[in-house]
Amino acid sequence: MTTDNTARAEPSFFEYKKHKGILAWILSTDHKRIGLLYLYSIMTFFIVGAILGLLMKLELIAPGKTIMEAKTYNGVFTLHGIIMIFLIVIPGLPAVFGNFMLPILIGAKDVAFPRLNLLSWYIYIFGAIVVLMSQFMSGGPPDTGWTFYAPYSFKTTTNMLPAVLGAFILGFSSILTGLNFIVTIHRMRAPGMTWLKMPLFPWALYGTAWIQLLATPIIGITLLMTVGERLFNIGFFDPALGGDPILYQHLFWIYSHPAVYVMILPAMGVISEILPTFAQKTIFGYKAIIFSTIAIAFVGYFVWGHHMFTSGMSGTALYVFSILTFLVAIPSGIKVFNWVSTIYKGSINLKTPFYWAVSFIFVFMIGGLTGLVLGALATNVHVHDTHFVVAHFHFIVFGGVGFAFMGAIHYWFPKMYGRMYDETWANMGWLIFFIGFLTLYLPMFYLGIAGMPRRYFDYLPQFHGGNIISSFGAIIMITGLLIIITNLVRSARMGPISTERNPWNGKTLEWTVESPPSLENFEEIPVIEKGPYEYE
Amino acid sequence: MDEHRDDIGSRFGMWLFIFTELLLFAGLFIVYSVYRYLNWQAFHLAAEELNTFIGALNTVLLLASSATIAMSITALQKKNKTLALALLGFTILVGLVFLVNKYFEWNLKIEHGLYPGSERLLEYGKGEVLFFGLYFFMTGLHALHIIVGVAFIGVVFFRIKNDRITHDNFVHLENAGLYWHLVDIIWIFLFPLFYLIT
Repeated sequence: MTTDNTARAEPSFFEYKKHKGILAWILSTDHKRIGLLYLYSIMTFFIVGAILGLLMKLELIAPGKTIMEAKTYNGVFTLHGIIMIFLIVIPGLPAVFGNFMLPILIGAKDVAFPRLNLLSWYIYIFGAIVVLMSQFMSGGPPDTGWTFYAPYSFKTTTNMLPAVLGAFILGFSSILTGLNFIVTIHRMRAPGMTWLKMPLFPWALYGTAWIQLLATPIIGITLLMTVGERLFNIGFFDPALGGDPILYQHLFWIYSHPAVYVMILPAMGVISEILPTFAQKTIFGYKAIIFSTIAIAFVGYFVWGHHMFTSGMSGTALYVFSILTFLVAIPSGIKVFNWVSTIYKGSINLKTPFYWAVSFIFVFMIGGLTGLVLGALATNVHVHDTHFVVAHFHFIVFGGVGFAFMGAIHYWFPKMYGRMYDETWANMGWLIFFIGFLTLYLPMFYLGIAGMPRRYFDYLPQFHGGNIISSFGAIIMITGLLIIITNLVRSARMGPISTERNPWNGKTLEWTVESPPSLENFEEIPVIEKGPYEYE
Repeated sequence: MDEHRDDIGSRFGMWLFIFTELLLFAGLFIVYSVYRYLNWQAFHLAAEELNTFIGALNTVLLLASSATIAMSITALQKKNKTLALALLGFTILVGLVFLVNKYFEWNLKIEHGLYPGSERLLEYGKGEVLFFGLYFFMTGLHALHIIVGVAFIGVVFFRIKNDRITHDNFVHLENAGLYWHLVDIIWIFLFPLFYLIT
C-alpha cells in the first residue's frame, strides 16, 4: 500500500472507455460499471414503485373511493408488488453492491464470467420491459397481486401473460448472477484468503447465490406452467380439468419463501460490513455470523408452508411448518446479538451509514418478532391476509433490504464515485425517512389485529384513524426519500472530491484500493494474512 | 485487460447451470407424481396411446449422440480435428432426427384429437387431460432443450472449424457435451414415465 492515501497509479474505471457515450456503459463487461447500471435501473424502478405505494396510501386515507376505482387499486397493488419484489429487492443488493464490491472484497479483478454478467443485466432489462408491457396492452393491467395465484391468474381477462413471462425472464437473470458469484467466490479469492478469512458480505452473497440457483428454477417452471395454462388450457392448476390450485401455491412458495432470504441475507451481510467499521472494532462472533447465514439459507427452504396455513393442509404439515418457521428465528437472533455486541464498547463514529445500520437492527427486530406471531398457527389464522401481514413484510423486506441498501450506498459512496455526499442532508433524509417509515407501517399492525383485510380499496369506518396516520406517514417517508435521492444524485455529480482510499478507516480490501477503483481494481493482487476485521 | 482463463471455473459454472436445469424439470416431475398418484388408472390407460417404438427409437438415438459427442472430445484432444468435426456433425444430425420423430409423434396425437383443450380429450376425463397436458408440456420443454443443445453444438462446431477451440483449449466443447448429456438424461427419465409404465 502506498503511504499517500490519495495517490493514483492508474486512471479510475470511469475514465477507461473502450466505446463512447452510452456505449461505454452498455457494452462494458467491467463489474463496476455493470453494478452501477443495475443501481441506476433499480433506482428508476424504485421511484415508480414508491409512487404506486404512495397512491395506494392516498386511496386509503378515507373510506370509500378517494382517488381511484377498485379495479385500478387492484392493478396498482399488483404492479407495486411485481416491481418491488421482482425488479428491486430480489436483484437489489447482490446485483448492485455484489457486482461492484464482491470482486474487490475478495481481491479479484472481476467476476468469473464478465460477459455473462453483462448478459444478466440485459436479461433483467428485457424482463422488466416485458413485465411493464402488461400495463399498456389492451386487456388492462394484471390484478392478481404479485403472487399470481391460480385459478384466478388464468381466468382473469387482464394481461397476465406478459407479467408472468416477465417474471420468468427476470428469474433467469437472477440465476445467472448467482451462478457467476458462486464460481467467482470459489475460484477467484486472493491468495491466502481462506474461507474463514473472507469478509461477511461475500459470505452473505455466497449463501444468497445458492438460494438463487436452487430455488429460482422452481418458480420458473411454475410460471411456465401458468403460461401453458393460459395459452393451451392444459389444466395443471384448474380444478375443472382435474388440476389442483393448492399445488400452485406450494410450487410458488417453494421458491418465493427462499426468495425472502435472497432479499435479506445480503442485507445482513452489508450490516456486518458497516458495523465493525463505524464501531472501529473487530466483528463479534465472525464464525457465528457465517454459520447463521448458512443456517438461514438452509432452513429457509423448508418453511414455505407457513404462507398457506389457511389454504388447506394436513394438521401434521401445519405443525411441522410452524416449528420450522420458529427455527429460522434462531440464526436471525444470533446475528442480532452479534451486531449489538460488535457495537458494545466500540469507538463509535456517528456517520450516516451507521445510522442506517442501527435503524436496520431496530426495524428488523420488529419485523422478525411479528414474523413469529405469523408463524404461530393460532395467531396466524386470526391475522392471515390482514394489514398485519402487510406491516410485517414491509418491516422485513423494505425495512431490511431498503435500510441496508441505503446504508450500503452511503458507506461505499466515496469508494464508488470518489466524491463525498453532503452529510447534513444525508442525516436529515435518514431521520425523516425513519420517522415516516414507522408512522406508515406501525399503525398497520394495529389495523390488522383489529381485522382490516389487505388488498381492499375500501374499509369500515372504525379503521379510519389508523389509516389517516399511516397515509400521513407515507407522505413523510416519501419526503425523506426525495431528500436522500436528491442528495445522492447531486453529490455524485458535484460533491466534494474524496479520493482518499480509506475515509472511514475500514479494514476490508475495498479500502486499500483507489477511490474510484481503477479498471483492474488492484495494482497487484494482495496476499491475505489476517482476518477481515482485525482492529486490535 | 489480460484474458482470464479458468477451465475448472468454466466447467464448474456449467455444472451449476445443469443443476438449475434439473430443478426446472424437478418441478414438473413433482406435478407428474402428484397427478399420477391421484389418477393412476387414467394415467395407465392414457399411456397406452403412446407409440413405444418411436419413444424407444428416440432413446437409442439420444444415447448414441451422447456417445459421439463424448468421443469428439477425445478426438480433439488427440488433435484429430476432422474426426472431432465428423462426430459433432453426427450428434447434430441425430438431434435433428429426434425432433423430426417428435414432430410426427405429436402430429399423430393432434390428428387423433389428443391435445390440451381438445373436445375429444375432455370427453375422456380429468386423468387423461392431465396426462396429455403433462406429456405435451414435458416433451415440449425437452424438445426446446434439444433445439438449444443443437444450436450450442453448432456454435462449437464452427469454433472448432475456425480453430478457436483447439486440442489445448476445449472447455467449451466439454461444456457443450455436458449440456447434451443433461438433455439426454432428462429424456431417460421422461421415456419410462410416459411410455413404459403402463
